[in-house]
Amino acid sequence: MISSFRDPFEDLFAIQRALDAYRASDWLGGRTAGTGSFPPINVFQQGHDFMAIIELAGINKKDLDIQAKENTIRISGKKAITYPEGASMHRRERVSGVFDRTLSVPIQINPDGIKAEYRDGILALHIPRAESEKPKTVKIT
Amino acid sequence: MAQQELQVQQKREVEKKQESTAPARTYLPTTDIFETQQALTVVMEMPGVDNQNVQVTVENDILSVNGRIDFSKYEGLQPVYTEYNVGHYARSFQLSSKIDQGKITADLKDGVITLTLPKAEEAKPRKITVG
Repeated sequence: MISSFRDPFEDLFAIQRALDAYRASDWLGGRTAGTGSFPPINVFQQGHDFMAIIELAGINKKDLDIQAKENTIRISGKKAITYPEGASMHRRERVSGVFDRTLSVPIQINPDGIKAEYRDGILALHIPRAESEKPKTVKIT
Repeated sequence: MAQQELQVQQKREVEKKQESTAPARTYLPTTDIFETQQALTVVMEMPGVDNQNVQVTVENDILSVNGRIDFSKYEGLQPVYTEYNVGHYARSFQLSSKIDQGKITADLKDGVITLTLPKAEEAKPRKITVG
């Protein structure tokens, strides 16, 4: 006897909700040549500014190129993996290759103020909001 | 030759027999293992783990690697758009060939840990000449 019944539609609706959220999000959009989906990006808000935290393990800093223009940030580069000659592979899960991705930010940002830091396989981009976007206090006279 | 364009690899969560008391998730690091005549090399990707928070143990021929994420770095950050989950890393392997356990070395760089497990002398291949 089945003691608990799991609604099969629940999973489908969850997928639909996830897809809708993905499409409705302003954080993606191919506005430059970079259209790839790698590397994965998480974006956080920190006060007025934004912080993009990107998982990108095992990259040589020299092979990483970050360009910022208006409200798009392009992250491109290559990931190389070398194996010693004559090694016999037991397991091969890591992948190497090139990537080119564009992050479109739905707000006005200050492209000159973007700071990038690469440490422990994490690329952190500090994205400051443009001065014109910051809320202004209105004084009552 | 044109290089392959990288695709996102979905993280696989560790399937444990017991639940952990802390709610944090644990993922399997993507791993390469290769063998040369001298050593077995295990390379794991654990982005976000620094060398203070990684633990490598060998017990009963089982190699275990644990990498912990410092979640305090995420304090004060409000997620607005997310594509990946953040969690600790853990993976263990049963070692087949005889390893010189005292000589295992680990090197963590840019979120990639490279473990070199030198083979014990008796396990190295010997060339036998026919007299």
